[in-house]
Amino acid sequence: MDNQQNKRKGSSRSRDLLRGMNLIFKNPLTTFGLAIILVLMLTALFAPYLAPFPEQGKGQSNLGERLLPPSTRHPMGTDNLGRDILSRIIFGSRISLQVSVCVIVLVVMLGAPLGLIAGYFGGKVDEFIMRLADMVLAFPSYLLAIAIIASLGPSLLNALIAVSVPWWPWYTRLMRSQVLSIKELQFVESARAIGVSQGRIMFRHILPNCLSPIIVQATLDMGYVILAVASLGFLGLGTQPPTADWGVMVSDGREFFMTQWWISTFSGGAIFLTVMAFNLVGDGIREALDPKIRWRFQKN
Amino acid sequence: MIRFTIRRILWLVVVLIGLCAITFYLSRIVPGDPASLYLGPRAKPEQVEFLRSQMGLDKPLYTQFFYYMRDLVHGDLGESLRTHRPVLTGILDHLPASLELMFCAIMIAILVGIPLGAISAKKENTITDHLSRVFSVANVSLPTFWLAMIAQIVFFKWLGLLPVGGRIDTVVGLVNPIEKITGFYVLDSLITGNWMALKSSVSHLILPSFTLATYSTGLITRMTRSTMLEVLREDYITTARSIGVAEKEIVLVQGLRNALGPTLTTAGLCFAFMLTGTFFIELIFFWPGLGTYTTTAIFSNDYPVIMGVTILMALFYVLVNLLVDLLIAVVDPRIRLG
Repeated sequence: MDNQQNKRKGSSRSRDLLRGMNLIFKNPLTTFGLAIILVLMLTALFAPYLAPFPEQGKGQSNLGERLLPPSTRHPMGTDNLGRDILSRIIFGSRISLQVSVCVIVLVVMLGAPLGLIAGYFGGKVDEFIMRLADMVLAFPSYLLAIAIIASLGPSLLNALIAVSVPWWPWYTRLMRSQVLSIKELQFVESARAIGVSQGRIMFRHILPNCLSPIIVQATLDMGYVILAVASLGFLGLGTQPPTADWGVMVSDGREFFMTQWWISTFSGGAIFLTVMAFNLVGDGIREALDPKIRWRFQKN
Repeated sequence: MIRFTIRRILWLVVVLIGLCAITFYLSRIVPGDPASLYLGPRAKPEQVEFLRSQMGLDKPLYTQFFYYMRDLVHGDLGESLRTHRPVLTGILDHLPASLELMFCAIMIAILVGIPLGAISAKKENTITDHLSRVFSVANVSLPTFWLAMIAQIVFFKWLGLLPVGGRIDTVVGLVNPIEKITGFYVLDSLITGNWMALKSSVSHLILPSFTLATYSTGLITRMTRSTMLEVLREDYITTARSIGVAEKEIVLVQGLRNALGPTLTTAGLCFAFMLTGTFFIELIFFWPGLGTYTTTAIFSNDYPVIMGVTILMALFYVLVNLLVDLLIAVVDPRIRLG
């Protein structure tokens, strides 16, 4: 009997998931975004095999072929050190994805536990953490990031920290609101009644039930993170040469832009396409999750 | 309402003090000694030592913070280590240029975003709607620094229509100098009837303000669309339809007016965001505003300037937020009583 019930529950859950997937794929724009992300991931994974000049992608210069326009040998031309732009862009996808995943993980690791603690303990602890979060949110985020890098010195690691610091309060808020609604539920109360320790209640009973909105939010934030990291790179405050980074490439090309347009144009286009893909998918997920919108979709 | 306002303003003071503390701490872990930076590379060690004690750098950190706050209350943000001019003067000199750009950009964003969002909502799930949604997502995803460069090459080099950067043509600026009244070139040249300067400054303003407006345009379009969709499903709209109010009036008068609140909130926040958005635009269009002033300071470790700008910008940002919150509270009693 119990088993049967479980099975039924399981099948209805997978049906929900299927319906959600259907909604996502029904929107051609979301599918388009997903396709780009998939291509991007494969590119990043197989960069050394895909790039026509892998050593140049990693940073080796080739001064004999400086600033060449796009041709069959170099489909996107070469930069001021003679490196093949296409290879640089392919290798740049690695940095972009790695950095944004790192930022998201860092932000979640920083923000979510604070929200868990604030929501679970309440009272003075809650007050303190949430006021701190409000204070960080009061800063304009780019400015805080720039101020942090200005004091720590420009490097990729510091750029990671600088983008994460203004971001964590959003996750603290989200986590806290989740915990507040879950901690009143009966299974938490019964766990407390039979004497389960506080830490175990927090991490084993409450945390797993709060994770799905956090994961959704993290997906939605990917595009913004990539844009933020690229912008810092453009200002010279992120990735340092010779590592290939799209933002840095746009800024490198600026000096030659009026005559050699291809350096900045292609690398900036890569940023645009990637951010747009993540935003399209984010929009699709948001619509699939919003019951009001879902209802409208099904009606049509 | 008064109690709500007082509570918010008290909270604002706490936030600002915390803000200053964070900025102050950040500025003190900057590598390099401010005193030797101030004196330049050829200073003698005893000079540096003397200046260090004069600047209070030999005192403990909390004492230094106290001094900084004391000066801050008197409107003194310190002196730039590079130019040796007061930071406040530097900021006030550069602010009008940035504000002029930001005002133009937010006007463009509102004038494009609201009608587009409203049309998109009215024609939900048609080609028009899909196109406008792609347009708004694209706007939000564009790296502005890249768009700015593309705009330069297209409108300056290929079409030759617009200038590449700066606030005014150098020759025009020398022949017909703009009398400084507000610091806004367009306004000043309009007041004084300086038509040559007006023409030149307007043409210089077009590219930077349009590129600065992209992100906000996307956000405002999206916000207008989604609030309009919600409003158009309300019962009173159905009622209006059933008693035979003209469709045009329903959309424009009943719908748009009720959707305007959240949209204007978004516009207010966009305006605050633009303060840092201008950093990139100013860098590329050689716009002599606050962004240029700050970026130069960052690369020369000019910490009093970085701090001053950070604190003033945060103040502006917090004030805009407060204003937006108060406006919402005036409109919606649930918030001020909650």
